Amino acid sequence: MAYKFPSPEWTAAYEEVINNSDNYAAAAKNWEGDIILIVEGGPGIYLDLWHGKCRKSEFVEDPDAKDAEFKITASLEKWKRVMAGKLDPVQGMVTRQIHLKGNLVKIMKNVKAAQELVKCSMDVDTVFDE
Amino acid sequence: MWYFSAPREIVFGEDSLSHLNYIEGERAFIVSDPVLKQLGIVARIEGLLHDTGFETYTFAEVEPEPSLQTVKRGAKEAQAFEPDWIVALGGGSPMDAAKAIHVLYERPELDPTEINPMEVLGLHKAKLLAIPTTSGTGSEATWALVLTDTEERRKFSTGSREVVPQVAIIDPSLTMKLPPRVTADTGLDALTHAIEGYVATWHNSFTDGLCVKAAQLVFEYLPRAYADGENDLEAREEMGNAAAIAGMGFSSSNLGLAHAMGHSFGAYFKQPHGRAVSLFLPYAMDFTLNAGGARYGDIARFAGFTDSHDEVEAGRILTAKVRELQAQVGQPMSIAEFGISREAFEEALDILCMHAEMDTQFFTAPRIPESDELRKMFEYAYEGKAIDF
Repeated sequence: MAYKFPSPEWTAAYEEVINNSDNYAAAAKNWEGDIILIVEGGPGIYLDLWHGKCRKSEFVEDPDAKDAEFKITASLEKWKRVMAGKLDPVQGMVTRQIHLKGNLVKIMKNVKAAQELVKCSMDVDTVFDE
Repeated sequence: MWYFSAPREIVFGEDSLSHLNYIEGERAFIVSDPVLKQLGIVARIEGLLHDTGFETYTFAEVEPEPSLQTVKRGAKEAQAFEPDWIVALGGGSPMDAAKAIHVLYERPELDPTEINPMEVLGLHKAKLLAIPTTSGTGSEATWALVLTDTEERRKFSTGSREVVPQVAIIDPSLTMKLPPRVTADTGLDALTHAIEGYVATWHNSFTDGLCVKAAQLVFEYLPRAYADGENDLEAREEMGNAAAIAGMGFSSSNLGLAHAMGHSFGAYFKQPHGRAVSLFLPYAMDFTLNAGGARYGDIARFAGFTDSHDEVEAGRILTAKVRELQAQVGQPMSIAEFGISREAFEEALDILCMHAEMDTQFFTAPRIPESDELRKMFEYAYEGKAIDF
C-alpha cells in the first residue's frame, strides 16, 4: 500500500521500516537524538531515534512548535529527489538545498546512520501530492 | 547542483617562488613547522617576503597531524598580529592548520570543529597563500582540512570552500631534498587521492580528468622522485603538479574507503597520513572490484597499463600496479609490517571500525562495506591478505 508523503500514515510506516532494519540498527547503534524532517512551509515528521531504533514517531502539523535536536528542512521537490536516491543528503546540506538546524558535526560523525535512515525512507511505498 | 572549487592562481615550475615578488600586501603570518624552520626554509620565505616589503610573523609550531589545540593557539597569535596574508608553508599539516587558523583569526567565536561547508564564514581580512614543501596532500589546492582530536584519538575531516587558497606556489626546489621515505608516503597519498577521487560516488565531469591525469603522473614520476629525487628536477616538478591536480580533483568528488580506514588507523596508531591511507588502497580496490568493479579501468588504460575494456580485468591490473609501486618505494603492505603487534591491533579493532564508519569519506566509496565486512577488511589488511569477499 502506498502512503502519501508527508502524512501520519507515512510517518507510521517509516517508523516500522526503521525498526525492522538491521542495517540501520547496526549503523545507528550509538546514535542518540531526535529529529524532525520538515517540508518547507509545511508539516514535519518527528523521529525519536535512540541506539538504532525509533522510539517514537509523530506527524507534526507545525514543526516550529515542536523541539528536536535536529531540524532538517527541504522543499517537497528536494525530499522527492532524496527519496529517489537522486540527491545525496550530505551534498544537499553542503549546497544548502537542504537546511540543517543542529550540530552538523554530530551528523558527519554518523554518516552511515544518516545514509541508512535515507535508505529506510526509500523502502516506504510512497506517493507525493503533485 | 554541486560545486567545483580551486585556487584562483596556481604558480608552478622552476623558480615559481619568485612570484612572491608580485604579491601585494603588508603583513604576512606564516604557518609552518619546526623542521622547516630548522632547515632554513622558513627563513628563505621570510626573506623573499621582506624583499617584497612585507612584515612577517612566523608560527612554526605545527606538529604532524595538527591538533585542535595547536590551531587555536595559532589563531590567537594571528589575531594579535593582524595579517592581510596567511602563508601556509609546509606539508599537509601546516596547510590544514593554516586553513583553520585563517578561519579562527577572522571568526574567533568558532570552535575548529564548527568549520564546515554549510557555514558562511565571510572571510575578508586575509588571503591564504599556500606553498607546499611536499608532493602529496594537495591541500594547497583544496577546500578540505583534517585536524586531530588528541583526546578522542581520531581525525576530523571537514572543509569550507572559503578556505581554498587564493594562490598556490608549487616550486620544485622546495621538495628536492625530501627524504625517500617522505617522498614515498606523500606521493602515494597523491595516488590514493587520484584513484579514490576518480571512483568516488560524487565524481563528476570537472574532477574526472584531473584525477586520471594525476594518477598517471604519480605512476610515471614517483619511482624517479623516490630513487633520485635530489637530482631529478623534472620528477619533483611533476610530482608537485600531480599532488595539486589530484587535490583539485578529489576535493570536489570526495574520497573513499582507503581514506576512511587510513584516517582511523593513522590517528589511532600515530602513523603518517600518506602511509596510512595508501596502505588500504589496494584492499579497498579489491573489495570494490569483487562486486563488479568501479571505474578503475579508465585509469589503467590512460596510464597505458592495458587496452582491456573488461572493467574488472583492467581494475585488477591497476590494483597490481598499485601494489608494484608500493613495493618499489618500500611502503609497508600490511598493518603487521608497520610493526604493530597482533595484540595491540585486536585491542584497537572495535575503535578502528567505528571511526572508519564515522569518517566523512566512508559514505562516498563506490562499494560500502557492512560492519562485519569492514572488520574483516582490517583483519585482512593486518595480515596482508588480498580481499576475497
